[in-house]
Amino acid sequence: MTALAHDREALLAAGAPALLRQMIRVRRFEEKCVELYSATKIRGFLHLCIGEEAVAVGVISSLAPGDAVVSTYREHGHALARGVPMASVMAEMFGKATGCSHGRGGSMHLFDAERRFYGGNAIVGGGMPPSVGMALADQMNGRSDVTACIFGEGAMAEGAWHESANLAALWELPVLFVCENNRYAMGTALAREHAETDLTARAASYGMVAWSADGMDVLAVQEAAQRATALVRGGGGPCFLELRTYRFRAHSMYDPDRYRDKAEVERWRASDPIPRLTSDLLAQEALAESEVATWEAEIEQEIAAAVQAAEAAPLEPVEDLTRFVTSEGPPR
Amino acid sequence: MTTTWARPADSPSPDAAVTTYREALREAHREALRRDPRVFLMGEDVARYGGSFAVSLGLAEEFGEERVRDTPLSESAFTGAGIGAALRGMRPIVEIMTVNFSLLALDQILNNAATLLHMSGGQLAVPLVIRMTTGGGRQLAAQHSHSLEGWYAHIPGLRVLAPATLEDARGMLWPALEDPDPVLIFEHGSLYPLKGTLPDPPPEVDIAHAAIRRAGGDVTLVAYGGGLGKTVAAADLLAAEGIEAEVVDLRVLRPLDEATLLDSLAKTHRAVVVDEAWRSGSLAAEVSARLSEKGFYDLDAPVERVCGAEVPLPYAAHLEQAALPQPEGIAAAARRTVHGDG
Repeated sequence: MTALAHDREALLAAGAPALLRQMIRVRRFEEKCVELYSATKIRGFLHLCIGEEAVAVGVISSLAPGDAVVSTYREHGHALARGVPMASVMAEMFGKATGCSHGRGGSMHLFDAERRFYGGNAIVGGGMPPSVGMALADQMNGRSDVTACIFGEGAMAEGAWHESANLAALWELPVLFVCENNRYAMGTALAREHAETDLTARAASYGMVAWSADGMDVLAVQEAAQRATALVRGGGGPCFLELRTYRFRAHSMYDPDRYRDKAEVERWRASDPIPRLTSDLLAQEALAESEVATWEAEIEQEIAAAVQAAEAAPLEPVEDLTRFVTSEGPPR
Repeated sequence: MTTTWARPADSPSPDAAVTTYREALREAHREALRRDPRVFLMGEDVARYGGSFAVSLGLAEEFGEERVRDTPLSESAFTGAGIGAALRGMRPIVEIMTVNFSLLALDQILNNAATLLHMSGGQLAVPLVIRMTTGGGRQLAAQHSHSLEGWYAHIPGLRVLAPATLEDARGMLWPALEDPDPVLIFEHGSLYPLKGTLPDPPPEVDIAHAAIRRAGGDVTLVAYGGGLGKTVAAADLLAAEGIEAEVVDLRVLRPLDEATLLDSLAKTHRAVVVDEAWRSGSLAAEVSARLSEKGFYDLDAPVERVCGAEVPLPYAAHLEQAALPQPEGIAAAARRTVHGDG
């Protein structure tokens, strides 16, 4: 991997230290989740984005507060980057009443309506059609909001992708399709599941602008996302962004990871977005070692507080089991 | 089909106008589009063509193609788009041509529309209306004729409606749009040409209760949608023999209005459930089970069921008719409950 080529001014102008801090925060949060999973505090499926933090942080930092994020089951990073409070995410992992989904969602179904964070969809490709509809509503109402629909490359084999891409392009809807290409759909490599592995070519065939960027470089991600978001917001119709990334860990906690060799994982670790940006910032003197140490301490404290709060939080009462099946209160 | 079995509860008012089920639905759409700027209709052929069953004929000209919107043949995408638009403050009506095609959108209906509110801990309500045709009797063969509304009635989080009368066709859409949660409306394909009169203004309709379509004290006949006309016809046959059947139109397939069913059973002590769908795992099975569970001591005879034959619906008219419940079969089941024989 080539080293980052940004100078100090460019790094600071892009807010690189803040991006780095956010990536570290996501990484440490997930490392804690692994620990808690092993301690059986967290159950169910747990899909980690360790290695992919640059995508979450780079894309979401490019969005405005009014924009929408539609995510997948590997969404902890997206949620945290979007500003969903860590305590409510952690409590949801624990299945507690204070969790963002009141213990009904768990790791795969994080939602925060106030921050326009729409999951948390565990059906591959399932979030795509609703994202098209959100953009349709924005278009019909003359709003300039963008809907960012994040999915893995595996989802591009689903019918929902083809239908959604066609509809969004046909109606020129403000959707930013973000493909987190980590090369494996669960355990199946890209070339084993796609006849055409050039994902941008496929997206472009629907008549939308399609770009690729290095998904291990948060600044490259951010730059591509900013350009794409501006295009979409300006009425240019949908845009497709392929971010080439890699997950260092298995698909989920249940996955023995037998489908790829360790050497490949190690090769990708060399382009880990966190040390990469850290060394660049340090080399450019845009950051001091002591600042990183301070962040680490702050993040550790934030995580510890979130865990403590989740441990102490009440369980959702069993009497409330059937709440939220249908809406409560008078019709709107 | 020109049957005119539907009889308004009261004699027509001087202002009553002759209309059809199709026109009643169209008028309901016109009213909704006028009343609420958030309402829009989308689906295959709903705009230029005027709707596969002509329900939306003329609405695109009146309201524009933004609000009456043709979609590609993409049931998953446009149904899911309805969910997204609903989440974002709109009040979409999605038309799916037939229930068979809705299976292409089942992921969106079940995994998103019905589920998001719960999965998000109450944050994401989906005020979406999905309409589709259902049912057989028109020689459309197996991929356009099935009655799968019972499958949808299985799903928590959905309200499932089956208008069988002009009043319901005219009156159910607006309250469905006012419901903060997803509502599915099943229109039996053979009902569109149904003729009758509607008072002006049309009566208000609730989407929570079953309706007694004919009062009687000897046996309760439970039906809905396309089965209601045949059930009323069966009640006429029975009346000629001195058996007064009470006909309960379920109207709301989920949540079921148990109280109306049990009240009727308490009066008649006998029940026949009519359902075009296959007997196994049907809505008729659910209704029958509830009558047995909660009305057991009111029952003077086993609950009878008259359902569709367990075959994919065939094309040939005589085979198709043989596969569907018919008035004579319904009457025979009723006689068994009354006399212990057919």
